[in-house]
Amino acid sequence: MVYKNMRQSAKLDRTKFFSDPVLVVTVALLIVFLVLFVLYPLAILLVDSLIENGRPTIGIFQRILALARFKTAFWNTIRAGLLSSAFSTIIGLIFAYVDVYVKLRSRILEKLFGIVALLPVVSPPFVLSLSMICLFGKAGLVTRYLLKIYDANIYGLWGIVIVQTMTFFPVCYMMLRGLLRNIDPSLEEAARDMGASRLRVFLTVTLPLILPGLGNAFLITFIESAADFANPMLIGGNYDTLATSIYLQITGAYDKNGAAAMAIVLLSLTIILFIIQKYYIESKTAATLTGKAARGRAPITEKRVTIPLAIMCSLISVFVIAMYVMVVFGALFKLWGRNYSLTLDHFKSIFQYGGLRAFKDSSLLSIIAAPITAVLSMIIAYLVVKKKFKAKGLIEILSMLAMAVPGTVLGVGYIRGFSNGLFHTGILQGIYGTSIILIIVFIVRSLPTGTRSGISALQQIDKSIEESAIDLGANSPKVFFTITLPLIKDSFLSGLVTTFVRSITAISAVILLVTPRWNMVTIQINSLAEKGTYGPACAYATILIVIVYAAVALMDLFIKHFGTSKYFSK
Amino acid sequence: MTKEKKGVKLENVSKIYIDPKTKKDFYAVNKVSLDIEPGSFVTLLGPSGCGKTTTLRMIAGFESPDEGSIYLGGERIDELTPDKRDTAMVFQSYALFPHYNIFDNVAYGLKLRKVPKEEIKRKVSEILELVGLAGMESRMTNQLSGGQQQRVALARALIVEPAVLLFDEPLSNLDAKLRVIMRTEIRRIQRKAGITAIYVTHDQSEAMSISDKIILMKDGFVQQIGTPQEIYYRPKNEFVADFIGDSNFLRGKVVRQEGDDSIIDIYGAEIRMTGCPNLKIDSDATIVLRPESTFIGDSGYFPVKVTVSSFMGAYQLYHVMVNDNLLIIHDYNPKDKKIYDIGDTAYVSFDPANTHVL
Repeated sequence: MVYKNMRQSAKLDRTKFFSDPVLVVTVALLIVFLVLFVLYPLAILLVDSLIENGRPTIGIFQRILALARFKTAFWNTIRAGLLSSAFSTIIGLIFAYVDVYVKLRSRILEKLFGIVALLPVVSPPFVLSLSMICLFGKAGLVTRYLLKIYDANIYGLWGIVIVQTMTFFPVCYMMLRGLLRNIDPSLEEAARDMGASRLRVFLTVTLPLILPGLGNAFLITFIESAADFANPMLIGGNYDTLATSIYLQITGAYDKNGAAAMAIVLLSLTIILFIIQKYYIESKTAATLTGKAARGRAPITEKRVTIPLAIMCSLISVFVIAMYVMVVFGALFKLWGRNYSLTLDHFKSIFQYGGLRAFKDSSLLSIIAAPITAVLSMIIAYLVVKKKFKAKGLIEILSMLAMAVPGTVLGVGYIRGFSNGLFHTGILQGIYGTSIILIIVFIVRSLPTGTRSGISALQQIDKSIEESAIDLGANSPKVFFTITLPLIKDSFLSGLVTTFVRSITAISAVILLVTPRWNMVTIQINSLAEKGTYGPACAYATILIVIVYAAVALMDLFIKHFGTSKYFSK
Repeated sequence: MTKEKKGVKLENVSKIYIDPKTKKDFYAVNKVSLDIEPGSFVTLLGPSGCGKTTTLRMIAGFESPDEGSIYLGGERIDELTPDKRDTAMVFQSYALFPHYNIFDNVAYGLKLRKVPKEEIKRKVSEILELVGLAGMESRMTNQLSGGQQQRVALARALIVEPAVLLFDEPLSNLDAKLRVIMRTEIRRIQRKAGITAIYVTHDQSEAMSISDKIILMKDGFVQQIGTPQEIYYRPKNEFVADFIGDSNFLRGKVVRQEGDDSIIDIYGAEIRMTGCPNLKIDSDATIVLRPESTFIGDSGYFPVKVTVSSFMGAYQLYHVMVNDNLLIIHDYNPKDKKIYDIGDTAYVSFDPANTHVL
């Protein structure tokens, strides 16, 4: 090989890279995996939607774009996305502001905030829809029994918006809390000192500083909302979004090319939002908030500010928490809407009709996916942060790209990409319809979060710690397993549990790929809810929440006792 | 520790980076050639951004040179990754493994080399004895003071018996007093181990006190290589003279040549300089004069105006002006001497043997 115009250092770096066989093989395998299971399924969608009967055509897009159903779904997605992200961002901001700026005098309030922050981690995506229906639906506890409304209709846009807002605002809260904490209090004190009122300080100092952060929260929620499948499915009623339309196009209309074209539209939407978020907003956030708060901030204690904010936040928290509790009651009431006597019948019934198998299958596949994802994402993070090589950018982009890909799109991509084998040639067809493809979906769906957390954990570790291990004679795998991994094991553990939780609660891609051989909990809940048998659906959801909560609690316990924090404190 | 000592050779080594602002190439290290003798203690000295750390990292293998080659004990090592080079580095941040105790930190390199357990135990306790941490094997790294962490880092590098020890500003995180103690320690241990050492620092007094040889760098170029004495007394240029200690630069003109001596006109006084036969008549000459070798009195070579006069304890510090040139004077043992005040006129004298003509 001759590299004529290459710098000597680049040549030497290349030689050094190729002298490390484990590193080379790892990078190669990673690239194969990511190309095969992230890039290829998306590419095949594009190919499928542009080629019909072996000839290139824009006919499929024309056909889809002309569908009134599709146009409605598109604007429905945008409308729900705008509303959900606006509400989520605003409520998230209020929570973050109260958390950082207002002195909460009661332990109960602090506890409430803690629970709200935990919810997005442990909540299966459709739980809120279930309880929404139970509370405010036609036979809703509130609507029919308290308010005596007999034609209450929670299905549709507002159902989706309320449920999505409740699902996503805690994420916004956590993001904005981090930003607000980084504002140097002296900036606001300076404005106060010059005579500005609290409101004025908020509007002229605080708000402009976190404006990019708000944009960030808004866009991330928008992407989540557009990609959300479970909630529109359960509570959307006739209000179809792109994600549900794609599903119906495949399962109802058997139009796989059309579904591919629709998937491309949804994918373009989320990727554009993702690019704006990642490259425009994130750089601005970094530019406005570079410093760290030098010292503590004097909390706001004026009652006319604290009391209304505290009441508002408690009401929202209690409402959200009540929604989750309602799922448990939904599982315990004999017949929702008719008979509110307590019973364990629903639990019995789900275990009579294959419930145990569903939990076994879902858990098994998630337990297999979790360690693979955790190790993979730590390896990717390690390569991205600590190693120099050409293909690094590709690995980083592909593993992050998965973040912007809605589950439904990925599902359709896997159907088109693997049901007839690679490029419809029959190669790798064997994995289609098996548990392997489900595990791969779980891995790909959780890889971006894991990688992100790995990257930020690694960036905090002084690079000379690894360099000194290398310098003493350790090769790449040795460094990774004896130094890097032990130092980021918190992040590894959280990747492990997050993957487990995300996988066991996943539905969007799974519903398209699952075969009767595998019985998944989320699929069961969905089909029970579709049939209107909410009791058993709630029973499933209750057990699912318990499993997920137990996993998260176990992780917290482990990190507390065996975590890395003790290495870094004096 | 009786291992063959190895020298390090750099031949025209350059490292080119791309300036993030102008997008143009710039040389962080520019055609540096060095020949470091086996067993010697050599310091790369210079202001920040001079290329000293990059040079060290190229020797360790963390950076690859864009031009030239690096040799270790005669063997070319350009293509070797750091783990395959017979070097061990002590890092500025110590880079101890926070999840290991002292024993495991120090034993890390030996375990990689599959040394038998008993031998590891013996060697670790020997080396901890050498660095003054005997019996502290089971402590965690965050229970140690900065100086102790430094000693662990040194032990961890020493124990693998590398051909070359590399130090990247190892003392910059310690307080001034500890720095002085540790640099003496490092020198003592290096002597005892008889190992070749390359030491990077921006602190000239550290470099002077510790090194067999100093390599002074600026803007990627080597400015001068020499023993501390050579560099102090015979600096090659104004940068070297100014970087190593304080210097006065006297601007003169060569009047005539008498054998090996030159007669130079300095601010009106004709002064005989010995041992500079190659100066051209009528050319400008800059004479380096250290503040402690500059004398102030009621008579001397040329008159000056005193602009600063402060009592520093060991000496009286003067800033004096001659023809818009500032000279610094350290007048030692000032107790029984005449003290000049600001605005006074005085005369400057010196022994031409204590000067150096550039």
